[in-house]
Amino acid sequence: MEKREERLLREILSLFKGEQGELIPILLQVQTSFGYLPEKAIKVISKFLGITESQVYSVASFYAYFRLKPLGRRRVSVCRGTACHIRGASEILREIETVLNLKEGETSDDLEYTLETVACFGCCALAPCISINQRVHGEMTREKVRGLFLDRVD
Amino acid sequence: MAGCGAEVKKVLVCHGTGCISRGAEQIYSSLEREMSKLGLSNCTIKRTGCHGFCQRGPLVVIEPEGFFYCRVTPEDAPELALSLLPDGKPVERLFYRDPINDAPLPYYRDIPFYSKQQRLVLRNCGNIDPEDIEDYLAAGGYRALRKALSEMTPEDIIEEVKRSGLRGLGGAGFPTGTKWEVCRRTESKEKFVICNGDEGDPGAFQDRSTMEGDPHSIIEGMIIAAYAVGASQGIIYVRAEYPLAVKRMRIAINQARDKGFLGKDILGSGLNFDISIFQGAGAFVCGESTALVLSIEGKRGMPRSHPRPRLAEVGLWGRPTLLNNVKTFANIPLIIAYGSDWFASRGTEKSKGTAVFSLTGKVVNNGLIEVPMGTTLKEIIYEIGGGIPDGKAFKAVQTGGPSGGCLPASVLEMPVDFDSLIALGSMMGSGGMVVMDEDTCMVDVARYFIDFTMRESCGQCLPCRLGTKQMYDILDAITMGEGRPEDIDLLLDLSNAMKTGSLCALGQTAPNPVISTIRYFREEYEVHIREKKCPAGVCRALRPGQ
Repeated sequence: MEKREERLLREILSLFKGEQGELIPILLQVQTSFGYLPEKAIKVISKFLGITESQVYSVASFYAYFRLKPLGRRRVSVCRGTACHIRGASEILREIETVLNLKEGETSDDLEYTLETVACFGCCALAPCISINQRVHGEMTREKVRGLFLDRVD
Repeated sequence: MAGCGAEVKKVLVCHGTGCISRGAEQIYSSLEREMSKLGLSNCTIKRTGCHGFCQRGPLVVIEPEGFFYCRVTPEDAPELALSLLPDGKPVERLFYRDPINDAPLPYYRDIPFYSKQQRLVLRNCGNIDPEDIEDYLAAGGYRALRKALSEMTPEDIIEEVKRSGLRGLGGAGFPTGTKWEVCRRTESKEKFVICNGDEGDPGAFQDRSTMEGDPHSIIEGMIIAAYAVGASQGIIYVRAEYPLAVKRMRIAINQARDKGFLGKDILGSGLNFDISIFQGAGAFVCGESTALVLSIEGKRGMPRSHPRPRLAEVGLWGRPTLLNNVKTFANIPLIIAYGSDWFASRGTEKSKGTAVFSLTGKVVNNGLIEVPMGTTLKEIIYEIGGGIPDGKAFKAVQTGGPSGGCLPASVLEMPVDFDSLIALGSMMGSGGMVVMDEDTCMVDVARYFIDFTMRESCGQCLPCRLGTKQMYDILDAITMGEGRPEDIDLLLDLSNAMKTGSLCALGQTAPNPVISTIRYFREEYEVHIREKKCPAGVCRALRPGQ
């Protein structure tokens, strides 16, 4: 871990007391700053809270929000909520998978794109919808997918 | 300076998630700019929570007249600002139009989507600025808290809540007053009040909209609950995926503290109570009460096994804990302010008050709605929802999310309340209501929900962990044209094993989408298996030419 990252991590931990109940808030804060939970951060957090690394990992891997790998610059989330599903979300996901040449959960080698699915954005009136870096794009069609990822369309 | 006339006009720009996605922020800034250009001194502009009619967003409402403008764009701002002048004319082209005769309906109260609703939980959503406590106070906010602290004992409050008949609106429908009473009676030097805002159902956004649109109603309900059960600490559990809800709740808590509604010796009553926010990290199972508490303690959210004490007796950190849903708390100020009789005059014999639904899917009017318990499915889907779009036929309505079921046209006359939905094989759940038309394949829907619960199963108990996986494999095979005649019975056998053997409600209710689709749409399963066809044309492997 680089010096700068170590300092950032220390700054985050200085906001906490070191109690077990703080594990999830710490992980959220670290992920917000780093974009994911680096392995070295897990080690530092376990020392800080006085619990084992495997305990930190078991919590980090249980919750869908946490990621153990770095994110791409553009984070593409496809909603698989019920309203989106019955309005064709799986077709949209398939189209994006084809265009980006990524499967759900993967990040491109150039770290440009991460493709993931989420349970529901709560924008059901705009179904089917996706988000790119938290900006929601609604009423998606296969054509709109190609328009949004022109850089990856041959 | 030009005034808007004698009355103060309020320009309310909906900032619900749907309207924001469609550009509400740009509309707000354009309108603000145009209004200040005209020097409109007697007008205010506000960002509000979800007004409900997401389908027609972005929405702008002008009060006190109640003008309702839909599908507004930033380019409409100059004309809208001019309409606020004393001699201004309303902008007719932005009115909602009657879908049958195309007549413009200027006022939202005349639009069928709104006129059939009764908004209690959502009373302030869309009408006030959720980031300004003064708006909530002007709407009568925190009056119930004053009344509770100055005129009522904790026992009086519990009695009032019991008499109101309010049942938990998180889905299970447990009587709220009874839960409070157990928590009150359990002796402890420390107790907690937790608001469950871990809305995990796909296709549901009513809890989030309430937190985003009227955060103080939830806080006020929690303070009254704390006084009633004797708690000193409150926690609002919100999903980290809902950053706007987190932000608005945080602002509201700080404002309430500044006004002396939270903290030490609240309103001079001697009550000490404060609220913090805990952000959940996305696990559907954490909607289960014991799992939610474990996750606050920094552990994996895996439900405790039975027999187990109730949370009201042994909860967070081993202390008595009162856990209620967002909407349950939002109802409390109304019950205290207007009395239990007023509240209980709404609803059915055993389900009092109202139900809030996210009405979505293949329905003309998508949005956030609230109706008295006992309203029929037909009224909701056809009168409020405006029926099925594109001239398609209704096929099913799904309530209760992954724990609920799909109901066919034959039961549309049934009233919606806790008990009748369970009798039909579905459930109220937290409030998702997804309408499906003839183009929806019921086997695919069952597979979709089992896929969801399979991913979300915590893996602790075998019936749920393996049951969801086995069911998924069978359903997937059927959609691929590889189903066997005995599969339907096998699915029902597995469902039964999961219902009786699973440790928590997630596993016990996970088979409901499968059981209900077999119960009402068995023929569709059979056609998939026997003829290798998908009548709705959804299953890719069964499309002609595949």
